[in-house]
Amino acid sequence: MTQTAILNGLGIIVVASPAALLTIVGLAALVGRPVGETRQAQSIQLAVSVGLIASLCILALMLLSGTRNVPIELGNWVVIPEQHFHFHVKFIFDRLSVPFAILTYVLCGTVSAFTSAYLHREPGYNRFFVFYAIFLLGMVVSSLAGTIETLFFGWELVGLSSALLVAFFHERRNPVRNGQRVWAIYRIADAAFLIGALALHHLNGEGDFATLTGTGPWPIGEARITPAQALYVGLLLLVAAAGKSALVPFSGWLPRAMEGPTPSSAVFYGALSVHLGAFLLLRVSPILALSLPLSIAVVALGLTSAVYGAIAARVQTDIKSALAFASLTQVGIIVAEIGCGLRYIPLIHIIGHACVRTLQLLRSPSLLHDYHSMENAIGARLPLESAFSNGLIPASYRSWLYRFAIERGFLDTILDEYVVGKFTAVFRWCDRMEQRWTALLSGSKAEDTQQLMSHPAAPEEFL
Amino acid sequence: MHELHLPWLALTVLTPLLGAIFISRIRNWEIAQKVCVAVCGLTLAWSVGAYIDFTLLQSFEAYDKWNLAEGVISSDAIVIDALSAPLLPLAALLYLITVGSTLRTKMSRIYFTWTLLAESVLLATFCCRNPWWLIACLVLATIPPWFELRVRRRSTRVYVAHMGLFVVLLVSGQFLVDSSDSSSTLFLLGVALLTAGALLRNGVSPLHCWMTDLFDKATLGTALLFVTPMTGVYAVMRLVLPVSPDWALRAIALISLATAVYAAGMAFVQREARRCFCFLFLSLSSLILVGLELVTPMGLTGALCVWLSVELSLTGFGLTLRAVEGRVGRISLNHYHGLYESTPTLAALFLVTGLASIGFPGTVGFVGTELLIEGSVSTNPLVGMVVVTAAALNSIAVLFVYFRVFTGTRHQASISLQSRLPERIAVISVIVIILCGGIHPQPGVASRHRAAAELMRIRAQNAPPPQHARFVSLPEVSAQ
Repeated sequence: MTQTAILNGLGIIVVASPAALLTIVGLAALVGRPVGETRQAQSIQLAVSVGLIASLCILALMLLSGTRNVPIELGNWVVIPEQHFHFHVKFIFDRLSVPFAILTYVLCGTVSAFTSAYLHREPGYNRFFVFYAIFLLGMVVSSLAGTIETLFFGWELVGLSSALLVAFFHERRNPVRNGQRVWAIYRIADAAFLIGALALHHLNGEGDFATLTGTGPWPIGEARITPAQALYVGLLLLVAAAGKSALVPFSGWLPRAMEGPTPSSAVFYGALSVHLGAFLLLRVSPILALSLPLSIAVVALGLTSAVYGAIAARVQTDIKSALAFASLTQVGIIVAEIGCGLRYIPLIHIIGHACVRTLQLLRSPSLLHDYHSMENAIGARLPLESAFSNGLIPASYRSWLYRFAIERGFLDTILDEYVVGKFTAVFRWCDRMEQRWTALLSGSKAEDTQQLMSHPAAPEEFL
Repeated sequence: MHELHLPWLALTVLTPLLGAIFISRIRNWEIAQKVCVAVCGLTLAWSVGAYIDFTLLQSFEAYDKWNLAEGVISSDAIVIDALSAPLLPLAALLYLITVGSTLRTKMSRIYFTWTLLAESVLLATFCCRNPWWLIACLVLATIPPWFELRVRRRSTRVYVAHMGLFVVLLVSGQFLVDSSDSSSTLFLLGVALLTAGALLRNGVSPLHCWMTDLFDKATLGTALLFVTPMTGVYAVMRLVLPVSPDWALRAIALISLATAVYAAGMAFVQREARRCFCFLFLSLSSLILVGLELVTPMGLTGALCVWLSVELSLTGFGLTLRAVEGRVGRISLNHYHGLYESTPTLAALFLVTGLASIGFPGTVGFVGTELLIEGSVSTNPLVGMVVVTAAALNSIAVLFVYFRVFTGTRHQASISLQSRLPERIAVISVIVIILCGGIHPQPGVASRHRAAAELMRIRAQNAPPPQHARFVSLPEVSAQ
């Protein structure tokens, strides 16, 4: 068996194992016959282990043979030859995708082991793992995507699972509202991504990353578009990355996402999902290199987010929110590094940060308990240390800065009042006018519609 | 032109018609329901037979084997072609699952009779070749909902006003198209009237109020069956596309684009689930029209794919909504209902069908939506952006409704509200098609591209004379 065949086989296993997991847990949930806890945990362990081992084998083979780029062609999913349209399914294993896929498997495996105990006998146990399976598949597909359409496919799966996990405790309103907000921001990011992807597809005639970002293996490669085109497409992709990675002005969703269960906060918003925007920028880095204004925009956005995250993190009163903003700071720095033209440093930064943040977030539920134990042991409150920055900032600015930080930079307020508020006000007015018009035509009052509310069927129907 | 091996089309149309007559004589509604389901099942079997036979023929269009209505309808009046082939089994399936999942308390003998009549008319619409027959079917199809509104003692004024206008526009438009030269002003006026009529039936803004009114006042099942097959879009394809000039198509695309965004925004602010569903449907059907009227191969293929996926998924979505309404009454979106714990299966089905309607990855609409957007971007990047914006707003609305209906609190019920077996079968059968079509989309896309290519070829004849341009007839065009 040749090395290429082995790599192909392993590559397919890496993608197929989370797909098989989703098929099993998803179909079981859909037909109303969820898998038992033990069986579920075993399936997840098996899928993650198989995927991880296959990824490590690929890494080992690549290192041993010195291969830097292993494309795995699964052929055309959809093809319209007359229009030269093809939805090509291709995965690439290179210096960017392999570390990211291994990181995904390691962190997801850790979190699944933690969650099996954490959510034991919880009513939403099965639901959590259905979303988990969607997320795992989305992350693996996004990491290894060889075409921009495939990346979009995985990107969407990650978005849906993230929003549903934020709303995991769905018998309460706040998690649900936050899930809705996360979904709305993700959809805006997805819209920008889709337009950017299609524009790229048009400019190059295909969505293959090998064509989009040059023929050389990552990070070498030169995009074949003009700087002006790079700026247009790059800005769209930057909006997509900003939405996914919670960069300014979309940062409001990150602390809200912490309403979800701790394991999902750890692996999704603290470690993997939040880095997906940065991953996208790394993947299309040859396009960023084409346009100086675009690179400046990336650096500016990254630094703004980092400063914003650092300020907001200082005043948070709960540990998960503080960690969320700390994550944002690091992600901002990573994005700035990418804008500066660095490639391996941000990748290493992502891996290190994701691992640390996952462990911090998993540790957070027991941290408060430990603090109380320490305070009980010493018989007093732990001493509060004065921040170094207090000496640098004049007292007159400190209260303003505190207000700015505690209100999270007023970002949510601005979005709510000036974007969502205006939008809904316009359409609510239209709705009222429409109802009046319909009532006028039908010769009734607009309120009569409410009186038409039908009653539920007789209970015997459901017995 | 090729001939089918059996009179599939006549059987497809006549089976529900005869079934309706038979059921009208049955006094026991339980027997009537069983007969109705059997008739719908048989109709589906005939329509699937027609589809398979047509596909095996590898022809652009095909006649029925024998003309069972010799003397009344000419033998070339009933035809199946690349455009209508998948619409027939799909429409029959929608009727079967809707009838099969109807709650007993909502059933009556009259309901079954009218439902089967409506099915027969709808299937005849998809088989019609002659524009006047097509218009007659479209007009007849407006009667069952009107009858139901009358029976329910609801105001029919909005519905009658709009449908009356629809009939006048179609008849006068077709009359002008038939009676004038293709270069004359009267011809253009005829095309404009036909366009306005078809758009009205499709619910294009600002002539969409009849649809929200129908969803308010009719039963959800009837409203669903009347709007989701999208006969307005079909009318555009059959009556308008072959004869209208480019500027008219661009105008339709622009109006549809505006409607798509407007309806998506309206869906976002609705306080009642049915109205939200209605606006969601309006937005998606308008997006389909945008793709169709761009008249690019990609846009057209995408729109035809999305047509099938939206029809299927929104019917599943609507049926799930109907099942929920059957348990708790009309659903207000002003507050949370928290039905997840009581009806987890319905929640999952609701989410899957809702996501399928917006073309989520892994569902049947994904590739179609991508093609539609790509076609729009290639025509005009701004149009592409607006299409993507409308799609994004729709997806926000879908999850908004899901959260409002199934989460946010815990519903207290004294009895189990779990989904019934017929409901599960109905929606799961839709989901199976949605997921299978999503995993293996190539056959569907290839079939739609074939239909799109033929429509484009006919368009390329540059508005042939009216007497030949009444219908998308491929051999006629080749002969020219």
